[in-house]
Amino acid sequence: MSEITNSGILTTDGIPLKESLKKAERKNKIRALLLVAPLLLFIFFTFVMPIGSMLTRSTDDSYINNVFPKTFKVYQKWDRVGLPSEEIYATMFLEVKQASGFEIGKASTRMNYAKSGWKSMIKKSKRKFKKISENDGPFKDKMIEVDKKWGDPEYWLALGVMVDPTTYEYYLNSFDKKYDSEKNIIDQPEERRIYTKTWIKTFKVSILVTFFCLMLGYPISYLLATLPLKYSNLLMICVLLPFWTSLLVRIVVWMVILQQKGVFNNFMVISGLIADENRWQLMYNQTGTIIVMTQILLPFMVLPLYSVMKTISPNYMRAALNLGASPLHAFWKIYMPNSVPGISAGGMLVFVIAIGYFITPELVGGKDGQMIGNWIGYHLKTTLNWGLSAALGGILLVIMTVLYWIYNKLVGIENIKLG
Amino acid sequence: MSIKEFVKFDKVDKSYDGEVLVVKNLNLDISKGEFLTMLGPSGSGKTTCLMMLAGFETPTNGEIYLEGQPISNIPPNKRGIGMVFQNYALFPHMTVKENLMFPLEVRKVEANEIEKKVKTALDMVELGEFGNRMPLQLSGGQQQRVALARALVFEPRLVLMDEPLGALDKNLREQMQYEIKHIHENIGITVVYVTHDQSEALTMSNRIAVFNEGKIQQISSPDVLYEKPNSSFVAQFIGENNQLNGKVTSINGETCVVETDTGENINALKININKVGDNSLISLRPERVYINSKEKFDNNFDAVVKELIYLGDHIRTRLEICGNDQFIVKVPNSHIGLKLSEGSSVKLSWKTEDSRALEAR
Repeated sequence: MSEITNSGILTTDGIPLKESLKKAERKNKIRALLLVAPLLLFIFFTFVMPIGSMLTRSTDDSYINNVFPKTFKVYQKWDRVGLPSEEIYATMFLEVKQASGFEIGKASTRMNYAKSGWKSMIKKSKRKFKKISENDGPFKDKMIEVDKKWGDPEYWLALGVMVDPTTYEYYLNSFDKKYDSEKNIIDQPEERRIYTKTWIKTFKVSILVTFFCLMLGYPISYLLATLPLKYSNLLMICVLLPFWTSLLVRIVVWMVILQQKGVFNNFMVISGLIADENRWQLMYNQTGTIIVMTQILLPFMVLPLYSVMKTISPNYMRAALNLGASPLHAFWKIYMPNSVPGISAGGMLVFVIAIGYFITPELVGGKDGQMIGNWIGYHLKTTLNWGLSAALGGILLVIMTVLYWIYNKLVGIENIKLG
Repeated sequence: MSIKEFVKFDKVDKSYDGEVLVVKNLNLDISKGEFLTMLGPSGSGKTTCLMMLAGFETPTNGEIYLEGQPISNIPPNKRGIGMVFQNYALFPHMTVKENLMFPLEVRKVEANEIEKKVKTALDMVELGEFGNRMPLQLSGGQQQRVALARALVFEPRLVLMDEPLGALDKNLREQMQYEIKHIHENIGITVVYVTHDQSEALTMSNRIAVFNEGKIQQISSPDVLYEKPNSSFVAQFIGENNQLNGKVTSINGETCVVETDTGENINALKININKVGDNSLISLRPERVYINSKEKFDNNFDAVVKELIYLGDHIRTRLEICGNDQFIVKVPNSHIGLKLSEGSSVKLSWKTEDSRALEAR
C-alpha cells in the first residue's frame, strides 16, 4: 500500500485521481471566487493600491527632475567647486521662467526640504525674472542681483541630492538624518531632531498602553468567562458600551475629567488629598495620552482574552486544586499558561493599533504626548511633505511586519484566537 | 471513627438558589477500601455530592466527615483527595510526565522520589513509554489512564471519579471498567464513583447508591439492587424491566395479589405497598419469564407475540399480556430455542418471588 503515491492513484475510469478531483472541485472554486470577488476588488482599489502608491512616494524624487530637466542635466557636469558655470545659471533661469506657477511652487517645496530658503528664493525669482528678457544673457549676475542667495554655493550644492529620481532622503529624515551635498549621511541639525525621540515615545506609549490594558483587561475577562451567563452578558455589554459611543465623545469626556479644573482634580482637592495649587497635570501630556488610549483600546484586549478563557475548562483549575496546589499556584502554573494565546492576541492587537494611533494624542496629548501618527498627519495636511509622510508610514508598516514575524516565530500565529 | 465510617455524609442538604434542594437530607457512610458508586439520572444530585466531597461546593446544611474529621472548612487543595474528572482535565500545556509530577511537586516531594513514583504510576496504567507525550497526542483511553494515574500518584486517602468513562466508546469503556476495578482491588483504595450508566455501576462497585431527586433511593450491592429493587424507580432505572399496573386485592404476609386493569390476578412479593386497594406496579425482569414452560408456576397467562428482534445471542420478543403490549422477554438463541412468529399465541409463566409489587408512580 505504502508504495502507491497519491499522484499515482487512478479512478475506475483510468483518469488520474488528482485530475478528476480538480475537475469535480472546479465549480466550487469558481463559486467561492465569485463570492469573494466584490470584497477583493474593493480591498484592492481602496487599500492595496493607495498603500502602494503612497509607499512609492516615499522614495520618489522624479517631480523636480521633470520641472528642471535641462538644469539637472547640465548640473551633473558641474565639479561642485565654487559657483556653477554660466550654462547652469542660464538653463535654471529659463526653466524657472518657463515653468508654470503651480509646478514651480511644488518643485520649490521639494527644494526647500534639502535646504531651507529655496522656496522664498524661487518665488521671488519667478516674479522678478519676468522683467528679464530671455535673450538678455549672461544671467549669472542678474540672478544674484535678484536674490543674493543665487550667489551662495551652498544652495547650488543642495540641489545635488535631487539629481537621482529615487531617493532615500525621506527615510533618512525619519530618523533625523539627511544627505549632505556629497550624498554622505549626516545628522540633522540639533534643533530639527524630532523623529527619533518621537519613535521612542511612540514605542513607550504603545508598550505602556498594552501593559495597562492587559492589567485591567485580564481580571475582567476572567470574570466574564467564569460568571453565569446572565451576569456575564450584562458585564459584556458594559465592556462593549464604549465601542458603541463615538470616539470623539469619549475623548471629550476624558478631557472634562482630566483637565486641571476637571472632575478628577476637583475631587482630589475637595477630599483634601492634594492642595489646590498642586493640581495634577493629567492632560496635554503623555499621561493623558496613556490614560485615554488605555480606555479606548481596552475592548481590543478583553474580547480576545475572553474568547480564549471561555475555552479553558473550569476543571483545569479544579484539578490543580484537587491535586494540592494553592489557588495562586494553580492560577500561575495552570490557568495563565492556557490563556497565553489570548494574552498574545490581545497584546498584539492593542499594540498594533496603539503604535499608529492619531486622534487621541492629537486631542489630549499636547506637545509632549504626540506620537508618530501625529507627525504623519501633520506632514500630510500641513506641510504637504507627502514623501516624508509616506516614509514614516512605510517604516511603521515594516515595524509591524517585523513584530508579526517575531511573534510568529515565538508564539506561532495559529495560536492567536480572536473568537 | 470506625472503618465503616471512613467517609460520612451527615444530614447534608445542598441548594444553589435557596429555592430548590439539589441534595436532600443525605446520610451516607462509606467504609475504607470500598468502591461505592453514586448512580442516577442527570440532575439527581450525585455529582453535587461528589463536588461537596472534593471541596468545590459547600453543603448548605449538615457536615461531611473524612476519617472522623469534619471537612467543610478545609479547602480542596488541603483535603488530600484524588479526583478523575469528566473529560479528564489533563493540563494541555504539560507532558504526561509533568502532569503526574504536578501533585508531587506542590507537595515538595524529593526529585528522585518523584521520578520513582511517576514511573510506578505510569507502569500501573501501562503507559510507561508515553511520559514525554502531550496529552492531546494520546487517544481517549490513554488520556483516561493518565488521568487515573495522576489522581493516584500522590497516594490520596480517597479517589473520586466523575463519569470518567463517559467520553469513551463502548468497547474501550468496558475494558476501562475492568482496569479500574483491578486497580482498585490491587491497591485497595477507597473509591467514590459517579455515573449515570447502570451497567458501569453493576460491573465495578461494591455498593451502589441510586440517586433520584436529591435522595438516595436504595443503597446496596449490585446483585441485591438488580434482583430486589425496593422502589419502582430503582426497578426501572437498573436493568431492563417489565411493568404491569394493577390494584392490590389481597395481602397474605410476604405476598399479595394484584388485579390488573384487564382482570388478571398476579401473585407477587409485597415490597412497598401498604394496604388492599392501593395502586401497584409489578416489576418483573425479562429473563425471569418462561415461554410455554411445562413446569408449574404461580403465574400463568396467555400472551400474543407482537414483535421479534434478532440480537444475535438472544431474540428480544415483545408481547401483549394483561393489557400491556410492551412486555419484553429475552429468548436465548440456542438450537433448542423456540420457533416463534409474530402474531402467535404463547403461554408466559413466572414465579411469585420474581414479581415484585411496588408502589405505583
